[in-house]
Amino acid sequence: MALLSLRNVSVSYDKVEAVRDVSLDVEAGQIVSVIGPNGAGKTTMMLATMGLLPLAGEVIFEGSRLNGLEVEERVERGICLVPERRELFADMSVADNLILGSYSLKDRSGVDAALQQVYQRFPRLLERRRQKAGTLSGGERQMLALGRALMAKPKLLILDEPSLGLAPLIVREIFRTIASLRELGVSVLLVEQNARAALETADYGYVLETGEVIQEGSASSLIHDPKLIAAYLGGH
Amino acid sequence: MTSDIAAILAIDGIATGAIYVLVAVGTVLIFTVTRVMFIPFGDIAAFTALTLAALETGHLPGTVGLVLVLAVLASLAECWSLGRSGRGRHIPKALAFYLLLPVLVALFVRLALPLAPSMPVRIVLALLLVMPISPLLDRIVFRPIADASVLLLLIVSMALHFALVGLGLLFFGPEGVRTQPLTDSAFEVLGVHVNGQTLLIVIASIVFSGLLYLFFGFTLTGKALRATAVNRTGARLMGIRPARSGTIAYLVGSLMAGVSGILVAPVNTIFYDSGFLLGLKAFVGAIIGGLASYPGTAIGAVFVGVLESFASFESSALKEVIVFSLLIPILIWRSIVSPHIEEEVEE
Ligand SMILES: Nc1ncnc2c1ncn2[C@@H]1O[C@H](COP(=O)(O)OP(=O)(O)OP(=O)(O)O)[C@@H](O)[C@H]1O
Ligand SMILES: [Mg+2]
Repeated sequence: MALLSLRNVSVSYDKVEAVRDVSLDVEAGQIVSVIGPNGAGKTTMMLATMGLLPLAGEVIFEGSRLNGLEVEERVERGICLVPERRELFADMSVADNLILGSYSLKDRSGVDAALQQVYQRFPRLLERRRQKAGTLSGGERQMLALGRALMAKPKLLILDEPSLGLAPLIVREIFRTIASLRELGVSVLLVEQNARAALETADYGYVLETGEVIQEGSASSLIHDPKLIAAYLGGH
Repeated sequence: MTSDIAAILAIDGIATGAIYVLVAVGTVLIFTVTRVMFIPFGDIAAFTALTLAALETGHLPGTVGLVLVLAVLASLAECWSLGRSGRGRHIPKALAFYLLLPVLVALFVRLALPLAPSMPVRIVLALLLVMPISPLLDRIVFRPIADASVLLLLIVSMALHFALVGLGLLFFGPEGVRTQPLTDSAFEVLGVHVNGQTLLIVIASIVFSGLLYLFFGFTLTGKALRATAVNRTGARLMGIRPARSGTIAYLVGSLMAGVSGILVAPVNTIFYDSGFLLGLKAFVGAIIGGLASYPGTAIGAVFVGVLESFASFESSALKEVIVFSLLIPILIWRSIVSPHIEEEVEE
């Protein structure tokens, strides 16, 4: 049984249908990537999965329906979204942002250890821990958003364009971090426009266009698909 | 005006300002967390004074009836909205919080009353009794329109203030009260005579501001409140419920307003409608602080208090006129310096 399943999910803004009849699975321990052009409906789909937008269809997590649950209840069940807009607490220190990441954990005993792990993973955040999140650079913000999400010890991490607007060197670091989440047992649903890097990191992929899944398959098969290479993966 | 008189007026003004600080800080707290300009905080302060006065004379305070009525209304509102959104399983918990808890507080006060409790106990009882009022009002009035604009919330808040004044008359009656002095000691500070009550007001205001600072800086709940104020969506994504943050903010704010009511009650006669000017001056203090900064708010509130003290020396009949006329240019200046409060908060 899949960890997360979307069944025939559609999402509309007023009358405009941005996501149409999408079904998707994330198996436990997998990294699943959703790629697609601007406006394909990727962000919309993730927000609806999290409960921030109403949807038609079913969202099933660990065998039970999430429909009707509030965002906060989904977080408590172990789903964490790093949204496209990051939504950091700009006026608060890096350390406070990270601590708040653990807010949903009932058992507070592991929080300090988790904080040390995040600092180990991103030493830059340790240096900046007293600085306000709003004063961080783009790359540091992304690290903070990832670190804050990891503090929640999620079972499923949903990442919306983690490489958006970052320099190539940092992009590589972020993808290395994502790949290393497998060892922590965290499953990942990864939304990316950087299709090559996403598919190189993922086990399985979906291609979304104008709100519909037009192709899916193992990441290694997608990455060699001539049609996709022409459309999304560029030359090389 | 001699320097002696100036010193006395200044000390008086600081004490008055310290009262405004408590209410103003509560106002800012509620505004940043919920975007509601909670005008009725002054009324909460006045109701606390009236409650304490009733407890002193051994009468059951009108607050008991008020809290029970609000608890029933809030429970109905919560159960109805839970039932309608298919989350009926939360109803027992909601009833425990919105009905059982206020009823227990009221019952506790009712049972403690015949024992003729001592002054500190009476103060605690008065605060306990007043604290549920704003969270219950929040549930009844503001929760259903939580996504409305700041302006609409302000208008509703204004209307709520008038409704509360009416309820105050109904539950407390038209008589003014003055409670027993908290202390009758007096001191000399730098050659100026300061009575203990004044000192107590200033100390209480500093202590409660300090406690609030510690709460925000060092507790997870306090940080979650700040997070809700800074970024609602971000907070929700961490599992922080904005509605719950709002309730906590209302409770903390009510405590501050209640303390201010207890501090003014021995020095001013308080009526059911005395809260308005207190709330309005605190509101002005909060505006001077830009509705965001706590130290700025404290400075603004003390400034209003000092201004009022000097104005009442010049002409006690015209003191409010002088205070509010002098404040107009300051408020205009504020609105020029920070013209985008609303947009910033909604971001
Ligand atoms: N709040 C909104 N109101 C109305 N339409 C919206 C809203 N947000 C997004 N849309 C529309 O929904 C469609 C999907 O948008 P979405 O942001 O999900 O795309 P995306 O795949 O995440 O794109 P990108 O790669 O640029 O982030 C777009 O056509 C967009 O214009
Ligand atoms: Mg997007």
